Amino acid sequence: MKAFLPFLAVIFLVLLVIVGVKAASLYFLFGVIVPYAALLTFLAGVVYRAVKWGRTPVPFHIPTTCGQQKTLPWIKQSKIENPSTTGGVVVRMLLEVFLFRSLFRNLKTEMHEGPKLTYGSDKWLWLAGLSFHWSFLIILVRHLRFFTQNVPGVVQIVGSLDSFLQIGLPLLYITDVIFLAAVAYLFIRRVAIQPVKYISLAADYFPLFLLLAIGCSGVLMRYFLKVDVVSVKMFTMSLVSLRPRIVPGVGTLFYVHLFLVSTLFAYFPWSKLMHMGGVFLSPTRNLANNSRMKRHVNPWNYPVKVHTYEEYEDDFRAKMKMAGVPVEKE
Amino acid sequence: MFCWGAKAKSLNAVGFPNARDWNPTEEDWKLPENWQEIFLEGMRERLSKYRSFRLFMDICVRCGACADKCHFFIGTGDPKNMPVLRAELLRSVYRRYFTKAGKMFGKLAGARDLDLKVLKELWYYAFQCTECRRCSVFCPYGIDTAEITIIVRELLNLLGLNIQWTMGPVADCYMKGNHLGIEPHTMVNIFETMCDDIETLTGIKITPSFNRKGAEILFVTPSGDFFADPGTYTCMGYLMLFHELGLDYTWSTYAAEGGNFGFFTSNEMAKRLNSKIYAEAKRLGVKWILGGECGHMWRVMNQYMDTWNGPADFLEVPKSPVTGTVFENARSTRMTHIIEFTADLIRHGKLKLDPRRNDHLKVTFHDSCNTSRAMGIFEEPRYVIKSVCNHFYEMPDGTTREQTFCCGSGSGFNAGENMELRLRGGLPRANAVKYVRDKYDVNMLANICAIDRAALTTSMNYWNPGMGVTGVHELVANALIMTGEKKRETNMRGDPLDMPVEEPEAEAGAAAPADKAAGGKANV
Ligand code: HEM
Ligand code: SF4
Ligand code: SF4
Repeated sequence: MKAFLPFLAVIFLVLLVIVGVKAASLYFLFGVIVPYAALLTFLAGVVYRAVKWGRTPVPFHIPTTCGQQKTLPWIKQSKIENPSTTGGVVVRMLLEVFLFRSLFRNLKTEMHEGPKLTYGSDKWLWLAGLSFHWSFLIILVRHLRFFTQNVPGVVQIVGSLDSFLQIGLPLLYITDVIFLAAVAYLFIRRVAIQPVKYISLAADYFPLFLLLAIGCSGVLMRYFLKVDVVSVKMFTMSLVSLRPRIVPGVGTLFYVHLFLVSTLFAYFPWSKLMHMGGVFLSPTRNLANNSRMKRHVNPWNYPVKVHTYEEYEDDFRAKMKMAGVPVEKE
Repeated sequence: MFCWGAKAKSLNAVGFPNARDWNPTEEDWKLPENWQEIFLEGMRERLSKYRSFRLFMDICVRCGACADKCHFFIGTGDPKNMPVLRAELLRSVYRRYFTKAGKMFGKLAGARDLDLKVLKELWYYAFQCTECRRCSVFCPYGIDTAEITIIVRELLNLLGLNIQWTMGPVADCYMKGNHLGIEPHTMVNIFETMCDDIETLTGIKITPSFNRKGAEILFVTPSGDFFADPGTYTCMGYLMLFHELGLDYTWSTYAAEGGNFGFFTSNEMAKRLNSKIYAEAKRLGVKWILGGECGHMWRVMNQYMDTWNGPADFLEVPKSPVTGTVFENARSTRMTHIIEFTADLIRHGKLKLDPRRNDHLKVTFHDSCNTSRAMGIFEEPRYVIKSVCNHFYEMPDGTTREQTFCCGSGSGFNAGENMELRLRGGLPRANAVKYVRDKYDVNMLANICAIDRAALTTSMNYWNPGMGVTGVHELVANALIMTGEKKRETNMRGDPLDMPVEEPEAEAGAAAPADKAAGGKANV
């Protein structure tokens, strides 16, 4: 059920746009209004969420330390896993963002007869996660060729590297394959691994189906139905130049692709996909473990009621004197 | 698997709201009329005060990397003990009341109404998380379920729903200066008894001072160390070490607690208890503070104390009077961990040690959650242990250092009625100990935490009978050759020593640390 409804939702989206353009000829709606609106929602939403997080104070200094602290000079500090400087934190964050460092630690805990526990390395999630994200990023970068008149050198290089296998015509992009395989794996593990299935919500399946549908529609366009790329580019450039114009001959499939991407963009800020921004703000990762060296200030620190020494001595003076413990007042 | 509810008496002692006697097994928890409102209002307030809380509510992708990392999930198999699910219990309420999707789509968006059943579930699982942070090491965003548990416990606290095993010590600590409610004259008595034992063992008479103004150092350790075996042996170890060094230090009966059970109720309560340490340091006019072996105490000292009750500008940056080493890493809090202090002593060859006196022990080391994942003390204790023991073995990878497992009883639920949960939660740690026992005949589990010393003793008795549990400074005390001491017949516990009869030469003893230093360093 938790997987089925999101599946239906994606099917519904696809049908919606097909009916919309084929039967009702709502080209302008699906080609222009929706993409613009989605982009605006995306930008405004991401800023809104990030500002909301950013404005919430970090009262305490709570890095999770994963290595030796800075201590006596002859003990080697683990400068990245337990950074005490900004430089260390930056490297730690880069490793998290680009290589999913923490996920790389993943272990598989197994209980055997005895009881006996074993811990095996388990890198599949890391591999699939990293493959998915990197191929997604590369695909995004490649798409810039539709949105720039003179395609920047980097974009061209990325594109040619991505197709270096030189298979088929148009040339096969490796990331397309990796992307679909990785997303498919991420979906399969959600239904096949019992604990993961148990924790999954509709909101976990929906983005996966959406991404799969985007990927499939893209692959269909490029390799099988071969849309007219020149018309597509005329159309996308008209969007970029803010003089939107419907170009005939781009085909329904393109509208499907565009609409699904728009949905992803509009959905992004309100969903768990915002982990993209959140990962940078996580106080267990982006703070240096230097709170004994440098005072961390809590902006809402307030005075509290304490039991003072004077009150304590009043309670126990006789007993303290009896035991020979010095007192302030005789 | 739960602890008894907090009593009105203890809640009233610190002025907590909605104090009443209640029983978790009864249908009626005697909640205030508007409990939902209090809970949600508390949530709203904390969402705007803690970025960690808001962020961790928002960004979990339910990848499941944390799922099998929690000792309670491993030990109970209860899916709601997967860290992600423990967090989802509150996240579902967050969605329902604080997000558009949850308000609109309800259950479909994974949202739940805050009803009595949900509240009871939150209570049950908030007290099945020891705030150990192991999940946070593995989460790709560093989501720390401990942080969420801390907030849930704060919210429950607003409704008077704490557990007595935490609340009793909090009230005692507030009024009497330590968790165990030891009053000043009793504390002095206990120390006299310990010093008598030391005299029997070594022939040396030690007379520690209490609340002494003008001492150079204030020493603070968890009261568990002077309350029960085997903690007391570690405490005697401190006394012997400080005596041998001729350290100018004092104990305090007012700030007689290093631990902080307030931390397991609310941030505010933790701050109220913690305030005594700086206040006492100021009153006594000491130069700096030295802290004993404890786990959560050091999370508090490292990550919270200065923020709550600092700046400690009336103190000086800690400097070892014996070696002259300045503890730069405590430049601001001005509080040094004893294991840093002792490691520095040994490194400088300031202690005469005879590690053969620990030859009857095959030792392994348990990294405590808090000193590992909220501080990063790994090499110091290993260096000290290797300097005072000849037989040291590591537990398997994946169960030590930042990936260490909780003893199973941390964060204030070492209660007798909670035994099943504690033993189940203690299984992963115990299992790793069993591994080194079977492989290397390890018979002593060392640690630097007072709760460990109590909790692991119970856990070992059940899972690995015969396994001893010790603080590191007990091992130091065994090996420490004190000036003018008589020949040691037994170790600190009165067990006969298993070593050649002739007395070691002073040089041999002093040379040992230097050899070991090289060995220890290679491992760093
Ligand atoms: C700074 C950028 C980002 C970082 C560091 C990052 C990191 C991660 C990590 C570590 C995971 C967990 C492992 C996994 O399931 O793959 C994850 C999951 C996920 N990410 Fe990202 N991510 C980023 C941006 C994005 C973007 C832009 C999207 C856009 C669609 C996205 C979509 C997803 C999805 C759908 C999942 C869940 C996969 C599942 O269901 O198992 N991420 N991300
Ligand atoms: S590892 Fe982190 S993101 Fe993954 S399920 Fe656990 S808390 Fe959520
Ligand atoms: S903090 Fe520790 S006890 Fe709590 S959920 Fe995480 S792993 Fe489990």
